[in-house]
Amino acid sequence: MSRISACFADLKNRGRTALLPFITAGDPHPDLTVGFMHDLVEAGADIIELGVPFSDPMADGPVIQRASERALKHHVSLRDVFGMVEAFRRTNEQTPVILMGYLNPIEVMGYEEFARSAAQAGVDGALTVDVPPEESHDLVQALRAEALDAVFLAAPTSHRQRLEMIADAASGFVYYVSLKGVTGSANLVLDEVAAKLKEIREVTDMPLGVGFGIKDAQMAAAMAKIADAVVVGSALVSRIEANISKPDKIGAELKQLLQEMRTAMDAN
Amino acid sequence: MEKNESFTNMPDERGHFGPYGGIFVAETLMGALQELRQAYEKYLVDPVFLAELDADLQHYVGRPSPIYHAERLSRENGGAQIYLKREDLNHTGAHKVNNTIGQALLAKRMGKTRIIAETGAGQHGVATATVAARLGLECVVYMGEVDVARQEANVYRMRLLGTGVRSVCSGCRTLKDALNEAMRDWVATVDNTFYIIGTVAGPHPYPAMVRDFQTIIGREARQQIQDMTGSLPDALVACVGGGSNAIGLFHPFLDDKEVAIYGVEAAGEGLETGHHAAPLCAGDPGVLHGNRTYLMEDSDGQIIETHSISAGLDYPGVGPEHAWLKDMGRANYVAIDDQEALAAFHLLTRTEGIIPALESSHAVAYALQLAAGMRPDQKVLVNLSGRGDKDMHTVAAIEGIQI
Repeated sequence: MSRISACFADLKNRGRTALLPFITAGDPHPDLTVGFMHDLVEAGADIIELGVPFSDPMADGPVIQRASERALKHHVSLRDVFGMVEAFRRTNEQTPVILMGYLNPIEVMGYEEFARSAAQAGVDGALTVDVPPEESHDLVQALRAEALDAVFLAAPTSHRQRLEMIADAASGFVYYVSLKGVTGSANLVLDEVAAKLKEIREVTDMPLGVGFGIKDAQMAAAMAKIADAVVVGSALVSRIEANISKPDKIGAELKQLLQEMRTAMDAN
Repeated sequence: MEKNESFTNMPDERGHFGPYGGIFVAETLMGALQELRQAYEKYLVDPVFLAELDADLQHYVGRPSPIYHAERLSRENGGAQIYLKREDLNHTGAHKVNNTIGQALLAKRMGKTRIIAETGAGQHGVATATVAARLGLECVVYMGEVDVARQEANVYRMRLLGTGVRSVCSGCRTLKDALNEAMRDWVATVDNTFYIIGTVAGPHPYPAMVRDFQTIIGREARQQIQDMTGSLPDALVACVGGGSNAIGLFHPFLDDKEVAIYGVEAAGEGLETGHHAAPLCAGDPGVLHGNRTYLMEDSDGQIIETHSISAGLDYPGVGPEHAWLKDMGRANYVAIDDQEALAAFHLLTRTEGIIPALESSHAVAYALQLAAGMRPDQKVLVNLSGRGDKDMHTVAAIEGIQI
């Protein structure tokens, strides 16, 4: 069983919803990332999603794009990201780490080389945002050969046939994107997400994570009731951005936000 | 590929041109692309749709655009005869409108009420704003902050036409960043919004669809040159940024094996300096903006900044069909630097009274080199993709003149 599947199985036994924080590797400085990862675990993270910086993060909002830009100022490469995971693993062997990013850096490195180096560094899975199931065959093969999970996105617009393709290609968990900018009350959004998660559960037994637009503890708690994992990204990255001039404070800021979410989720 | 197989039956059903093309976007866009693909496949064989498109191309755009024998230019240059396909005479001054008319009519058929587009130099933005005004569609154009500053006149033109111009201040603040931003808009607004991409790049079906709207150039030219001269040209030349005017000219000639094909990229300050926009000549394959193609990228796979005197060629990628034609050896891709393009700009202006766009000047420059090595009874057909009015400030500034 992969570290990710084991993690979800353990959480299920304990009746707890996974909390998945996202930060971009190298933001605001490569020397800080490993420390942040440990801070996030201390504050209640079950799995860490580490963003691989890319010059053209088409599917991300401006907050995460700026995080990529800050990291790229330090020329943070895929190999540097592997180095950070390796350093993290020296003192943490149990928390799964997923790399999230875009295909081109992986394409340039080569799929096999990427999978081999990622596995060696202690990475557990990869979510390549701009690779839908249709284009994923070779990459998924390379990941599987190294026992890495291939995480895929599902969207509100993914109909039944697409959900089946996603379920076929994915392992570890499925990441449901709750679209930003949807009008209506929080309840309405929640109902829509709940309905879609139910639909996804009809095609897969894999755990379901929900992300995009989860900004605070209240929202995290609400999502925790219907999902197996809650992903929080932009809210954390915003805290990093707000404290660029005081990098010593960032770790504590990240911990505070994540702890609030953890507490609210566990109170469900 | 079999020797006798056609070059014109690409892409395959998944949008692949050999290893290139495809659909590399987040799941959030897959539904919209599928809806677009279905509409495109339905309407591009629908006689009523095609009749409406043809009528607009004739009465609104002013098609067919003529071909013109540039006799004086040919004589001064020596060698082969140079013919120009006059896309500069289209409404809005370039080939871009062939595609925006087509996509906007498609948007109407699909019941979309809002149009978005990205633009670099502003030509595609203006062409989009123009058809949006004509069809009464709400329109938003994304443009990099750097381009907004250097293309003021086109920004004003779009605003006059009722379009909202959104300045993009992320990344390099140029065309590729405008494209990223337009994609983000589309993710959140797919229900009522149609995204008009201006070139033969992006996820399937865009490269095929934009090509199909632009092949009117080559279909007309293939007939016109035979009517005028009695035979096909010996060579075709067109500039390649994303590559829409080039594929529009080339495609109807792909199976005419005796016609040599040349796509001209921007060598900027010179290929050897690294400051250029020539992914086919000096880049490597990769994945960007929804398709696999040749890219300007560094060894970590990050997209790098491009350089060209011509904003319309200033793009780090290129249409996947060009990538495939290059690998297949059916088309040759070459590069012309800023100085050579400028010289051709002046020469065509003074010998023929035609002021070409700086983009098209790259094609003219290469055609001059090519023709010089050919016989006077041979013919080179150049796509004059746009007129140079928009470039007056750029050219004057190089000569130290403020206008």
